[in-house]
Amino acid sequence: MAVNTQTWWQQGRVAECDELAEGVRRIVLCPDRPVHAAPGTHVDLRLDLDGHVRKRSYSVVRSEDGGRRLTISVQLAPSSRGGSRHMHGLCVGDVVEMTGPVQSFPLGVGADRYVLVAGGIGITALVAMADTLRRRGADYTLVLAGRSRRVMAYLDHLVYTHGDRVRVFVDDEDVRLDVESLVGEIAGSPGAPRTEMYMCGPIRLMDAIRRSWMAHELPEPNLRFETFGSSGAWAAEDFVVHLPQLDRSVRVGKDSSMLDALEDAGVDVMWDCRKGECGICQVKVLDVDGRIDHRDVFLSQQQKEAYTSLCLCVARAARGESEPGSADPAAVTLHLP
Amino acid sequence: MTTLDSPPVTAASKIFNFPRNAWYVAAWDHEVTAKQPLARTVAGRPLALWRNSDGRAVALADACWHRLAPLSKGKVLGDEIQCPYHGLRYNSAGRCTGMPAQETINPSAIVPSYPVVERYRYVWVWVGDPDLADPDTVPDMEQMDSPEWAGDGETIYAPCNYQLLLDNLMDLTHEEFVHSSSIGQDELSEAEFEVSHSDRGVTVTRWMRDIDAPPFWLKNMRDRFPGFEGKVDRWQIIHFEAPSTIRIDVGVAKAGTGAPEGDRSQGVNGFVMNTITPETARTSHYFWAFMRNYRLDSQTITTQLRQGVHGVFGEDEEMLAAQQQAIDANPDHEFYSLNIDAGGMWVRRILDRMLQAEGLPAAAAK
Ligand SMILES: Cc1cc2nc3c(=O)[nH]c(=O)nc-3n(C[C@H](O)[C@H](O)[C@H](O)COP(=O)(O)OP(=O)(O)OC[C@H]3O[C@@H](n4cnc5c(N)ncnc54)[C@H](O)[C@@H]3O)c2cc1C
Ligand code: FES
Ligand code: FES
Ligand SMILES: [Fe+2]
Repeated sequence: MAVNTQTWWQQGRVAECDELAEGVRRIVLCPDRPVHAAPGTHVDLRLDLDGHVRKRSYSVVRSEDGGRRLTISVQLAPSSRGGSRHMHGLCVGDVVEMTGPVQSFPLGVGADRYVLVAGGIGITALVAMADTLRRRGADYTLVLAGRSRRVMAYLDHLVYTHGDRVRVFVDDEDVRLDVESLVGEIAGSPGAPRTEMYMCGPIRLMDAIRRSWMAHELPEPNLRFETFGSSGAWAAEDFVVHLPQLDRSVRVGKDSSMLDALEDAGVDVMWDCRKGECGICQVKVLDVDGRIDHRDVFLSQQQKEAYTSLCLCVARAARGESEPGSADPAAVTLHLP
Repeated sequence: MTTLDSPPVTAASKIFNFPRNAWYVAAWDHEVTAKQPLARTVAGRPLALWRNSDGRAVALADACWHRLAPLSKGKVLGDEIQCPYHGLRYNSAGRCTGMPAQETINPSAIVPSYPVVERYRYVWVWVGDPDLADPDTVPDMEQMDSPEWAGDGETIYAPCNYQLLLDNLMDLTHEEFVHSSSIGQDELSEAEFEVSHSDRGVTVTRWMRDIDAPPFWLKNMRDRFPGFEGKVDRWQIIHFEAPSTIRIDVGVAKAGTGAPEGDRSQGVNGFVMNTITPETARTSHYFWAFMRNYRLDSQTITTQLRQGVHGVFGEDEEMLAAQQQAIDANPDHEFYSLNIDAGGMWVRRILDRMLQAEGLPAAAAK
């Protein structure tokens, strides 16, 4: 994006790594060409996964010494093609190929109030923002939601640093985040039109917040978010893509995206962001057997419900919870441009 | 205070770099309107400047998120600006508020919005780290909108590195040679001067006692003391404040009436207000004004002074453009310093430390 899209590739040396929470590793990288990473930035890493070069993005949690030390934190993805597993295997002294800081989630200046909402590993995108807001003396609230304290990275650190400004919600303690009351409280406060929310987390949480935000008629531009591009309404399943134009069907494994599977099968498709934001990879849906798990933020709610198009980079077909154990994988029939 | 890993300050970089973490004047307040965006490059950053419906000035990067078309060629629509190319709209925070061809807004569609302060009849912007932008560090130019002073000024688009303008203003012996018909006189080079400095400021003081007033000052004396004849005590007190604001307290008083000791009642006093905004390494926006503290309600004097200074500064502009060309034509030649450059060299020292703090080299990149 325009704030800083120049991405150059460089080498980064792993200077430290350790276990931060269950399934989350903290990795400190020392890049060749250090540049300070502002809050909201991420770095892209080029990983060799089973012979395929894949790009994976990780938010910069901390930038020290003018960017000479960049801390990232990686959650092990349970059904994964291996990016996060590869990251978890890194050791001190290893060298990775990485970009400089890329900004696609900049923190604004001058809002009356800031509400940061992190679901799970999404906290990585918000730690540096919270630190900056604290230094600025801004009015901010940090909302942390997770499945269990054991897996919530930076929890103790954040509570210690931000004190009363932190609200913690943990599923297995039955203290669940109530989206409606969170957004309702913002909407009812006098500074509502000048409150900005920054969120990063599972797409289901972000969809719920977005619906509530719109229902309360809060200004849409004040709702900022970043998608990590890999969570959906249902767990990933294997499914099938039918392409009548090409007289072919392609199977998409649960550890692959539809876009990757089509490309690997030699189908020429157009894409840009690969994380469900730009809509370039949008294609027409002719038929669905099962459900579409859209996972993008490009299509509106109505467009998603219409089942007439999807974004190849993130969408999946699924049986979902309603048809557990169904023998046939879900299928989607597409018309490619 | 030189340590092993910070090399001593170089004698004089010829194309001086500029700090980013600083307030620079982007425009006169009246240049920024709610009607039409203004394009101006400040410290290497192209900006689109406009006003919200509440009158607040806004500075956005002058490149649309989409395909980088200049927003300054777009339209101001209330509290938003619309890109002239495919119609994306942005609010004053730089956040995209509308994408005409789709039902949602891409979450990463943002252009940088820069902190803005309006003060002393100018719109100041901060293009560096926004978290360091403290409005209390806007350089002091209080004479610009004080009820005790009157005057006006202009902007010069100067085809030279901003440091050449600072050098020019920190040493006024050049008046004798460049401005001989208006304010120059022999005593300028001959008079002693004193230099003092602090962390962010440098002051150069020069008094010339019992001299003839040059034409510009004789006219000003006669505006206040009709028919004035005789000798004057003349002063020039140059106040620099980092990164690039120079106020020159200038004037003459009837000789021997106590002006050097602090009684300026028998004289005329002006403040030459200068603030320089680097545009690129080799071009600058030079905002100047001449303020006076006598006959405040005379628009005639305001106009005459503005025209007079316009003529004087035109002579500097010509010299500086020629100097920049000669610098570029002689890349293998260095600068040398004279004793008269002491003020300018302290300015460089302060700027050099600001640049070091930002991790920037003293010499600007091509
Ligand atoms: C801007 C940004 C910042 C991020 N920051 C962090 C961070 O700080 N910490 C962190 O742990 N992760 C972060 N991620 C996620 C990270 O880049 C990887 O996606 C994650 O580590 C999983 O990678 P993987 O190869 O292990 O898993 P995989 O799931 O095999 O690969 C992930 C990629 O494949 C696609 N994909 C994966 N699963 C599915 C699915 N079920 N359906 C459809 N498509 C799928 C996605 O497009 C995704 O890009 C970030 C992502 C982005 C875009
Ligand atoms: S490539 Fe951008 S939405 Fe799929
Ligand atoms: S370049 Fe601005 S909308 Fe396309
Ligand atoms: Fe001059």
